[in-house]
Amino acid sequence: MSCSRRKFLKQTMAGALTAALPGITVLSLAPGEARALAEKSNLRWVFLVDTRKCVGCGLCVKACKLENEIPYDAPITRTWVERYVVTKDGETHVDSPNAGRDGYTSAEIRGEAIDPENIEKAFFVPKLCNQCENPPCVQVCPVGATYQTDDGVVLVDREWCIGCGYCIMACPYGVRFFHPETKTADKCNWCYHRISQGLESACVQACPFGARRMGNLRDPDDPVTQIIMTERVQVLKDEYGTEPHVFYLGLDERVR
Amino acid sequence: MSSEMFVHGAEWTVKELFVYPNEFIYWSIQIVMYPYMTGLVAGAFVLSSLYHVFGQKDLKNIAQFSLVFSLALLPVAAVPLLLHLQQPLRASHPLLTPHFTSAIAAFGIVFSTYGLIVLSEIWFVYRAYFVRQVEQLKGQAGLGNKARRLVYRALTLGAYDTSDAALRIDHKAARILAAVGIPVALFLHGYAGFIFGSVKANALWMSPLMPVIFIMSAVVSGIALCMLTYIVIMEWKGFRERRTGAARDATEIKGVESETITKSTRYLLGFLVAAISLELLDLIFRGYTAMKSWDILRSVMYGKDFINIFVLQYGLGNLVPLLLLTLPGRTIRRTVVALILVLFGVFMMRWNVVIGGQAFSLSFSGYMHYEIPLIPHSIETFKEGLFGALTVAALPFLIFWVLNKFIPALRQDAGIG
Repeated sequence: MSCSRRKFLKQTMAGALTAALPGITVLSLAPGEARALAEKSNLRWVFLVDTRKCVGCGLCVKACKLENEIPYDAPITRTWVERYVVTKDGETHVDSPNAGRDGYTSAEIRGEAIDPENIEKAFFVPKLCNQCENPPCVQVCPVGATYQTDDGVVLVDREWCIGCGYCIMACPYGVRFFHPETKTADKCNWCYHRISQGLESACVQACPFGARRMGNLRDPDDPVTQIIMTERVQVLKDEYGTEPHVFYLGLDERVR
Repeated sequence: MSSEMFVHGAEWTVKELFVYPNEFIYWSIQIVMYPYMTGLVAGAFVLSSLYHVFGQKDLKNIAQFSLVFSLALLPVAAVPLLLHLQQPLRASHPLLTPHFTSAIAAFGIVFSTYGLIVLSEIWFVYRAYFVRQVEQLKGQAGLGNKARRLVYRALTLGAYDTSDAALRIDHKAARILAAVGIPVALFLHGYAGFIFGSVKANALWMSPLMPVIFIMSAVVSGIALCMLTYIVIMEWKGFRERRTGAARDATEIKGVESETITKSTRYLLGFLVAAISLELLDLIFRGYTAMKSWDILRSVMYGKDFINIFVLQYGLGNLVPLLLLTLPGRTIRRTVVALILVLFGVFMMRWNVVIGGQAFSLSFSGYMHYEIPLIPHSIETFKEGLFGALTVAALPFLIFWVLNKFIPALRQDAGIG
């Protein structure tokens, strides 16, 4: 049999490359994209926040803390509400005392009284995990303890998290923290234990004004999906390329 | 509520203006120590390789010392990470289930590869010495000598051939390992830079220059620490020689010392200039492009952290030692002051990157200050406080002291050159 060394090497290389190609393709895709290629899930959770409906009562934060066993008085939270007050001089005043849990009953922002006559506009912005399609927290976890489910929610495995904090550093939205009791990274998961059982997430259920809603992006008849498709919606910090999946109605450009 | 006390980071973070509720200084002093120690390891190894690979004969004295010292520094580079983990018992998980899209997943692999290279190089350099010790200690009385002989027998790994041919192979192997070790050492540290530089959420860290800046400052700090330790040990030897009346030996030591130091200083200066240039380039570029984050970055760099960055790091840590080392009439004493300042400057650079990167909120509307816990009152405030850092800083010297008992780093007749 005649097989020159050159030919042998050539064929081996070609064979190896062909074999490696599927692997390389998958590696260069985001976790969600790769999975979507493998099996097209017919469910992609999506969140809609209507900032025009939020009054800053803080019931969502309360409900979240209780439902998800986040120590009530600890200065960490899975969701929070920010208050923005823009004065006539163009200054933006922002605060979120106790993550907005107890509502906004004082007109003072960090001890500074603002004259109501001097206010140009004011609004509240609820914040929570964006369950990004391209989540940097999942990318940087060194042990794979945080991962993306088929329906787009990013979860944390408390049994496997080593507590390095890299995911906390990587999240541009500041939604992650260390749980004071489990000593592992923690974050909002849109109440995955509830939504996967057909229930509403705690914050959605607690909101008296319908400012928070959830839906399935893959279902064109879903009322939330229809709003996202037909109205002018906005997301937070899209410049990071994370493809956040919390959509906002009435979001001001000052919101960071 | 008691749980309030144990929110990681709440203890030492002071917030100003608007900061997201979950934002704290999560990466504190130990994450400053981590790149600092890795940098010292890498730098010490590069200094030793300058002799072994590039045949810089004038560095022979310090090269052998640096090699052993880099081994002493090596395990300590991993200690800050261990002290910083919230789940230290799971420290082996990155090796068990590495998730390779993460920049820190491969740390264990890179780190152990590098460790193996250093260990093997030292073995090849000192093997003949180990064999000599086994022979010399043979039949000597005393439990201590017997124990020492046993250790040396283990260290030879059963290779007792000290023929010229065998020694030539040792020599060649050491040189190859030193050569392979340079890229690995630089990778180990450039990789530490990548861990920070690739965090897109952090406006201060994200920069492709970060790994290169880290490498340059690593070599600077490694050379500085080796020179400093070398001077201290040589001065101590000279002092002892003078006291025992052996005046000639003392002058001899002085001569060897100042020659070694002069040569090493040249390399130190080269890397120092490269490090400063890159850092300034990074700064100028950020100011010139003035992206969205520049407003808050500027207020941190030119305002809140001005003393830390421009006075302590660039001024006291870079400019002053640069002058001290380049102005004519340099003495050993002046060199020592310069070296201490260089080490301080690199430490401040790590501090300003790690702590400075968390000095502003992701909302760009507020600030965070790190108040380092001085007196520990819990395990957490020890680990992530002053005493944790001091423990990490002291460890290499302790390890070196033990290593030096068996692998004499300063005896020129011990290792093959």
